[in-house]
Amino acid sequence: MQIPVVRNILEANARVSDDLKTLFAQKGILALNLMSSPGAGKTTLLERTLTDLASEFSMAVIEGDLQTDNDAQRVAATGAQAVQINTEGGCHLTSAQVLAACKELSLDGLDILFIENVGNLVCPAEFDVGEDHKITLLSVTEGDDKPEKYPLMFNISSALVLNKTDLLPYVDFSLERASNFARGLNADIRIFPVSCRAREGLDAWYDWLRAARAAKKR
Amino acid sequence: MHELSIAQSLLAIIREEMQKHGSPRLISVKVRHGRLSAIVPDALAMSFEALTMDTALAGARLDTEEIPLVLACRACGTKFSPESSDYVFAPCPACGEELGHTVVSGKELYIEYLELDEAQGT
Repeated sequence: MQIPVVRNILEANARVSDDLKTLFAQKGILALNLMSSPGAGKTTLLERTLTDLASEFSMAVIEGDLQTDNDAQRVAATGAQAVQINTEGGCHLTSAQVLAACKELSLDGLDILFIENVGNLVCPAEFDVGEDHKITLLSVTEGDDKPEKYPLMFNISSALVLNKTDLLPYVDFSLERASNFARGLNADIRIFPVSCRAREGLDAWYDWLRAARAAKKR
Repeated sequence: MHELSIAQSLLAIIREEMQKHGSPRLISVKVRHGRLSAIVPDALAMSFEALTMDTALAGARLDTEEIPLVLACRACGTKFSPESSDYVFAPCPACGEELGHTVVSGKELYIEYLELDEAQGT
């Protein structure tokens, strides 16, 4: 016998993600899912952001990595709360892992929760983790056609941070080309060219964070 | 390899449905996946096989079907399926607008149906 089912295969993940959304809404926390390939600069962007906005917001970080707690140590050094999730081979974070990590955080009074996903431009795009926005990071050493090659991630992101702009003179990366590709996939995507190392362009990113935070009233 | 966790979720749903319908054996399952969901059918089949090996579900068939990408033009609203795999700059056949179209379909990932052995004793 044939039984029509029509069930979303990722429904278990989606259900916990919805629970997380409710939890974050109750607590008035802005949750951001930060995604990129390995080495694009997610952790460095967080170090800058956590340091520069420390006086404005109470922030915490959930770090997803295959192995080690190196990144959690780096962000904890800024004074922010940090929890490490080791996926032990898993190529993305799931909502259940984020829920477990949230239990180790003190969520009361928190303004912004950054969820740093595993470095990977494909799989994390499929798994919601309760976030208000997905943020994709792309560094200029990776090639400006990445949005074209990995369309889903750019299609569903609210913002694109183009990092390592201090290296633009040395690589064949066109900010305009990358931006056009990204806007072709997502007309509303906000694009922030920055250099976390040279501390350039971060103000526009911070303004976006402030506006997103204000939009999510306690 | 997100196919492995997708196969795990798939099997959890299958086991639930089999229990619900009191069926002892799965003959086949049909999965439909959108072109943007980046599922590699071979990788999903391999994960499915690896996870069902030596279980009651061993030998069940996994059928997959891709759902084409359909965009709605940002400018005029016309729905169309871009021909080439380069759909970043997909010119609208009606008005020529190339950018910022909305994805109407192509992100799906769901089980369409299960083919189950009749329940024993019913």
